[in-house]
Amino acid sequence: MRITQGAFSFLPDLTDDQIRAQVQYCIDNKWAVSLEFTDDPHPRNTYWDMWGHPMFDNPDAAALMMELKECRKVYGDRYIRVVAFDASPGWESVKLSFIVNRPAEEPGYRLERQEGAGRMVRYTTKPYAADKPAGTRYG
Amino acid sequence: MSAAAEATPEALPPELPTAIDLREEFETSGVKDVLEELDRDLIGLAPVKKRIRETAALLLVERARRRMGLAHDTPTLHMSFTGNPGTGKTTVALRMADLLHRLGYIRKGHLVSVTRDDLVGQYIGHTAPKTKEILKKAMGGVLFIDEAYYLYRPENERDYGQEAIEILLQVMENQRDDLVVILAGYSQRMDRFFESNPGFRSRIAHHIDFPDYTDGELFRIAETMLGNQNYHLDRPAAEALTAYITKRREQPHFANARSIRNALDRARLRQANRLFETANGPLDAAALSTISAEDITASRVFSMKPRDKDGD
Repeated sequence: MRITQGAFSFLPDLTDDQIRAQVQYCIDNKWAVSLEFTDDPHPRNTYWDMWGHPMFDNPDAAALMMELKECRKVYGDRYIRVVAFDASPGWESVKLSFIVNRPAEEPGYRLERQEGAGRMVRYTTKPYAADKPAGTRYG
Repeated sequence: MSAAAEATPEALPPELPTAIDLREEFETSGVKDVLEELDRDLIGLAPVKKRIRETAALLLVERARRRMGLAHDTPTLHMSFTGNPGTGKTTVALRMADLLHRLGYIRKGHLVSVTRDDLVGQYIGHTAPKTKEILKKAMGGVLFIDEAYYLYRPENERDYGQEAIEILLQVMENQRDDLVVILAGYSQRMDRFFESNPGFRSRIAHHIDFPDYTDGELFRIAETMLGNQNYHLDRPAAEALTAYITKRREQPHFANARSIRNALDRARLRQANRLFETANGPLDAAALSTISAEDITASRVFSMKPRDKDGD
């Protein structure tokens, strides 16, 4: 099941040129771009691992593309996203975030029902991938 | 994005122009302005200007060929600027970045000027991230490495400079679209550097040698520098400066225009002192902006034997 988080996730995967154009747009708006990766695709998982530092003073998107290439080399079997932060209000706030790399196979989620007192049912979603320990999911 | 491609089939492939007017390209691309500025602002350096003109012509033709679909690869644009200190290497590098930007070979046109300290780390594992950080900053523009030969220290085989060189070479080869590297330094030491690092020599297409300025050129440079700061020399001062330039050249550590700039800074200091100590009454603008002979002849250069010590 293809997960849809962040911008553009209902579109077909962006090509590298399209990613570069989006990143350049962010940089031209003076947003700091950075890369994050994870192998826990739960939608409530907002804290992904950072790949290096946010890139504050690189005027060209080629810098991020170089890091993305490196990141794919190491974590090509996980989710990787580009995050663009805007610091102009005085704090860093996310302006744009989109997935640029996904695992070859995305097994999707299981719905778990917990039966409580009376006829009450609690629902929770669990990624099938999370059954395996971190680092060994997807591949 | 196949759907988008199908929606506008006439957009692909792009129309190839059948003829290109080089003269018009030369004027509309802004290359003409850069070259004219170069001619106007930089005194002397005739061989350098000629090389830049030739390079600009080559790049212009290459761009035209690319538009007509005759060439596809980005030409190698990495350069080396060799010459003595103070001969304008950094200034020309700035203009070169502008030129390449106007021709569309680099996307942003900024210049990142670094030395060994910015690239090489202090402990194991520090160098690669440091070099990469600089490379990322320079992407879309020009990376200017001053005194590049310090990167290579043959006397210390564990020197981290080698690591920086390897990363540089890799990026210079694989990301030619993304940045242009200019190495700069003294001619002889650069030659030795290239001999021991053949990888660099083969990846650098343009070697530009910066000659020393003649005495007359240095004098004109001095006049321009003073003019920009609203100072001027009176006649005896001009003669003193001419004599100073000849004498200064014989002293060690002569750094062409940079020596002249330092000499002028000191002359301004002496002029200020002279005005402060001798003036009794209000001074007019002419007095405040005139450098006279005694401000220059007070220099140690005149009292020293040639080939003695540093002439500062």
